[in-house]
Amino acid sequence: MNNPTDMLTAQQRQDIIRHSLQKRHKTERRLRWAGLTAITIAISFLVILISNIFLNGYTALLQSELQVEMTIPKAELVDENGDLDAARIMTFNWNGLVKKAFRKKFPDVKGMMDKRSLGDLVSDNAGYELRLQIEKNPELMEQNLFWIKTSDDVDMYMKGRLDASLPEKMRRLDDKQIGWVDQLKEVSEIRKVFNTGFFTTADSREPESAGILGAVVGSAMALMVTIILALPLAVMAAIYLEYFARPGRVTDLIEVNINNLAAVPSIVFGLLGLSVFLGFFNMPRSAPLVGGMVLALMTLPTIIIATRASIRAVPTSIRDAALGVGASRMQAALDHVLPQAAPGILTGTIIGIAQALGETAPLIMIGMVAFVVDVPTSITDPATALPVQIFIWSDSAERAFYERSSLAIMVLLVFLISMNLLAVILRRRYEKTW
Amino acid sequence: MSDTVKILASDVNVFYDTKQALHDINIDIMDRQVTAFIGPSGCGKSTFLRCFNRMNDVIPSCRVDGHIMMGDENINDQALDPVFLRARVGMVFQKPNPFPKSIFENVAYGPRIHGLVTNKSEAEDIVVDSLKRSGLWNEVHDRLHDPATGLSGGQQQRLCIARAIAVQPEVLLMDEPCSALDPIATSIIEELINDLKDRFTIIIVTHSMQQAARVSQKTAYFHLGHLIEYGETKDVFTRPADPQTEAYISGKIG
Repeated sequence: MNNPTDMLTAQQRQDIIRHSLQKRHKTERRLRWAGLTAITIAISFLVILISNIFLNGYTALLQSELQVEMTIPKAELVDENGDLDAARIMTFNWNGLVKKAFRKKFPDVKGMMDKRSLGDLVSDNAGYELRLQIEKNPELMEQNLFWIKTSDDVDMYMKGRLDASLPEKMRRLDDKQIGWVDQLKEVSEIRKVFNTGFFTTADSREPESAGILGAVVGSAMALMVTIILALPLAVMAAIYLEYFARPGRVTDLIEVNINNLAAVPSIVFGLLGLSVFLGFFNMPRSAPLVGGMVLALMTLPTIIIATRASIRAVPTSIRDAALGVGASRMQAALDHVLPQAAPGILTGTIIGIAQALGETAPLIMIGMVAFVVDVPTSITDPATALPVQIFIWSDSAERAFYERSSLAIMVLLVFLISMNLLAVILRRRYEKTW
Repeated sequence: MSDTVKILASDVNVFYDTKQALHDINIDIMDRQVTAFIGPSGCGKSTFLRCFNRMNDVIPSCRVDGHIMMGDENINDQALDPVFLRARVGMVFQKPNPFPKSIFENVAYGPRIHGLVTNKSEAEDIVVDSLKRSGLWNEVHDRLHDPATGLSGGQQQRLCIARAIAVQPEVLLMDEPCSALDPIATSIIEELINDLKDRFTIIIVTHSMQQAARVSQKTAYFHLGHLIEYGETKDVFTRPADPQTEAYISGKIG
């Protein structure tokens, strides 16, 4: 057969190539630009998203407090022996004490309506929180000056999130109330401090008392259950499939199903948990135990796939070497292949767990969406989880929950980023090359 | 050198799915001699070697028919536990494949899993002895707990030999043990093979005819899944009986 370029001179051939070269370079440039544009758009969206969350949420790191002067009537709180009496502390009207003390600051305020709106400046939980403090540290009773939390509306005003230029009817504080807060500001009897409560308490109906500790502990417990259940099961399943399963229809079917499971919407796992764990086995509702079990089902395929991939990435020569000196298949797998595959398995697990950490839908299905005021102490206690907490708050009417849900998102992101970082570090450190 | 037969293979046929890789192989491997399998790529010599310790078991599509008798036992009997067999028939692979663990752990692993050693000092004795026999002791005695992957290719291969002989097998299979090594490392291993044949029956697959001529007493020439010629090495190389063998050793095919 003749080569059609035989007829061309060397010069002609070079011209053709040079001409095509121009076209090829142009295509390459276009593709490079397209890629760069795509990345820029993606990154700018990410920046917008994160900075939006940050701007909405960073103010939740602060909490407004106001100063009141009061004497705690110790006589009413002790029993005959002079010791603090738990029952009396419980029944004492702390809120009344706080509000009365606060009203003393404004002796000119008269009339039912005005007195009530003055009282609204103080958090409805102020009395309750004072009681908790005193129970923890009775010596506080000797004190006269207390800083107590303001209501969420005052907090919003202090943070500039309440627009005073709006017509009076359209804002949560009326002109009088704003006037009182401004007076307090002038004499520095109102201040913003670091919002420790956000990180040390559980949920509350009052935004100023709501914290994420309950949700964080709930998430941690659920994830613990997930790891304990999913990791061994998944690794065993992966070893079986890679080393012992005979190739055939059944194995193919299992493999296809595992891959399918990885793509099943998470809410379906929630429905499964609802009907099987709660409905059939009568397990406790809203419990991290059940949440963890549901998340384990969801994470299982992810870890199996990652484990199989990293087992396959171990050179077969290592397995052959073990078999060659007379190791059984199980010994070859456990003694040699698994340690080599461990970084990959770990990475897969962490990514699976990070995914589970961010999961909301299945937890809602099994009732972890409940309003829980206590930090859970066991895996069967009712609890909520971090993403569900965010969901609950973002659904609430109070403006102050909005900034709190943004801050909670930041906390969740910090957890996610540190888990992914851990995965990268572990992989870098323990990955071996041959 | 002895004249007893160690392994007697008769009518061995190997299939990968439906493709036949070996046809009716009959061969007797002599005790404590080096037998070399030579032949062009794809002739089935490595496949045949792996029949002797049932390494073909790990390839699901592979089927081995025929009898491979070692003493009164049929290696190819599915009832025979391959794990037990591999303690008696050790193997050294083409590419050095030490475990990514310490030198010590590499050698001690075999005896340990078989329960041949029960304590640390016994393990140490075996490790030292095996490393001495494989000629590696002088190079590694002061770094037994360093990772084995830090050794050079030739050292790694000798470590693999030490690992294989630590279990005291009767037969040692070597699948092109020098193909990944430079000439100096190769000659060290060849000397080692010469030393080891006093204690072990060795079967070596090699692409290098010079190597076969240097180290082996018997040579088998394979071509396209058939055993073409088998005899004393000096006879096979000087006056081959079969024209195909002659063509191969004179470099006309392969």
